[in-house]
Amino acid sequence: MELERVVLETAVELLRRASTQLPKPYIEAMRKALEEMEGEIGKAQLGNILEDARLAAEGSLPICQDTGIVAFLIELGDDFPIRSRLKDILIEATRRATEEIPLRPNAVDLFEGNTGDNVGLQGHVPILYIDLVEGDELRLTAMPKGGGSSNVAAHRMLKPGVGLRGVKEFVLEAVATAGSLGCPPYFVGVGIGGGEDLCMLLAKKALLRPFGERHPDPRIAEMERELLEKINQLGIGVMGLGEGPTALDVHIEIAARHPASLPVGVVLSCWALRHATAVIRADGTVVWEPQR
Amino acid sequence: MRYHLSTPIPEEEIRRLRVGDILYIDGMMVTARDEAHKKALELHERGEKPPIDFRGLAIFHCGPIVKRKGDRWRVVAAGPTTSMRMEIFEDRFIEVYRPAVIIGKGGMGERTSKACQRYGCVYAAFTGGAALLAAERIKAVRDVYWLEELGMPECLWVFEVEGFGPLIVTIDTHGGNLTEEVKQKVWERFESLKASLR
Repeated sequence: MELERVVLETAVELLRRASTQLPKPYIEAMRKALEEMEGEIGKAQLGNILEDARLAAEGSLPICQDTGIVAFLIELGDDFPIRSRLKDILIEATRRATEEIPLRPNAVDLFEGNTGDNVGLQGHVPILYIDLVEGDELRLTAMPKGGGSSNVAAHRMLKPGVGLRGVKEFVLEAVATAGSLGCPPYFVGVGIGGGEDLCMLLAKKALLRPFGERHPDPRIAEMERELLEKINQLGIGVMGLGEGPTALDVHIEIAARHPASLPVGVVLSCWALRHATAVIRADGTVVWEPQR
Repeated sequence: MRYHLSTPIPEEEIRRLRVGDILYIDGMMVTARDEAHKKALELHERGEKPPIDFRGLAIFHCGPIVKRKGDRWRVVAAGPTTSMRMEIFEDRFIEVYRPAVIIGKGGMGERTSKACQRYGCVYAAFTGGAALLAAERIKAVRDVYWLEELGMPECLWVFEVEGFGPLIVTIDTHGGNLTEEVKQKVWERFESLKASLR
């Protein structure tokens, strides 16, 4: 029971950190962009963003009123004592975080309306992604995601014949289509391969790789560099007003594909990049990872 | 140009504004998103009136986080939501209720722009996500309507604001639409960037 309490409190705290603090390297990148840019409209927007992020961190308050749909990524060790109970604990943590932080109630039932506590009536929200790993630890990541940037996610089953050039064109098109709507500057996650569902999940998980870090495969790293450069040349700018950066980073993850398919998913994060991770050991000790 | 305007804002003041102007608002601001727009227009079609007169006020596309403290409401976070979702309602809303300023993020389209020209209204962008900055400038919650029925994000919150801004005018009464202009340029650049892909 003691360990259950630790997991619950850790999950609430992860949601608090994710909702109220941006990764430091990410803030630094925006600060640098502000120094380098010209144009009063864009400067005012980026200035507002940095000021808002400061108020959030200082007051431990949500960066944005849209605190998102709650999701947790779970790496569950073979010998971690809590198994299926974990789901109930994370649901309870979501309710508690909604009340304490507070989070905006964002779980809307198709027939019953807003549930008021960020927990869906069908058991799917909070969204849980579970992976089984070795060891006796639980690695938990809270990743709430706002509606505005989720609405501009894009998915297409390309014809394999279009090749990597076709993939890049689709990503560029997806960001151009998103335009001002998802609160740029964006962090762009791309998933290639794996089928119609997995490419979207890969794109979402790509946002969790530390900001600014390139993919270890140099061929993918090169695609990331090219796309980041060209996305910024689109000139959408901060909040779509045509000035300043359009994207701060692009991360790509890949999986094998069916010979007849070339699935591509594009998941955009708004400037408020929100995730936080901690490792809970079987003995109840908690190691907090820095937000990156 | 920079302007400080107080609600209710007369139409002639609104018609002076140009795309790119920076705006600060004092007075009454009412939040309205998809559901509130829909409900307000349905009331009108039935010949009924909404609980508040929107004329000359600022409409804020926002679903805030508001916390009850004793018998008072406290605004925790109140940034703008994506305005484009309201594009299907806004021209009619402006025609029927005559607000002075629509505040949101991401810009709006042709229909809203036409209504702004015809009825004397502007669209002004507040930085998306900057919810705490916005909350700082909301001095009090005057009223809340439709809370039970529509829920916290979708209901009508009536805020008293001081120096609410900086807002960037992106749709004026002269046919200007900054976000649309940027969008057009983005698609032109897309065509040439597409050709340059390795």
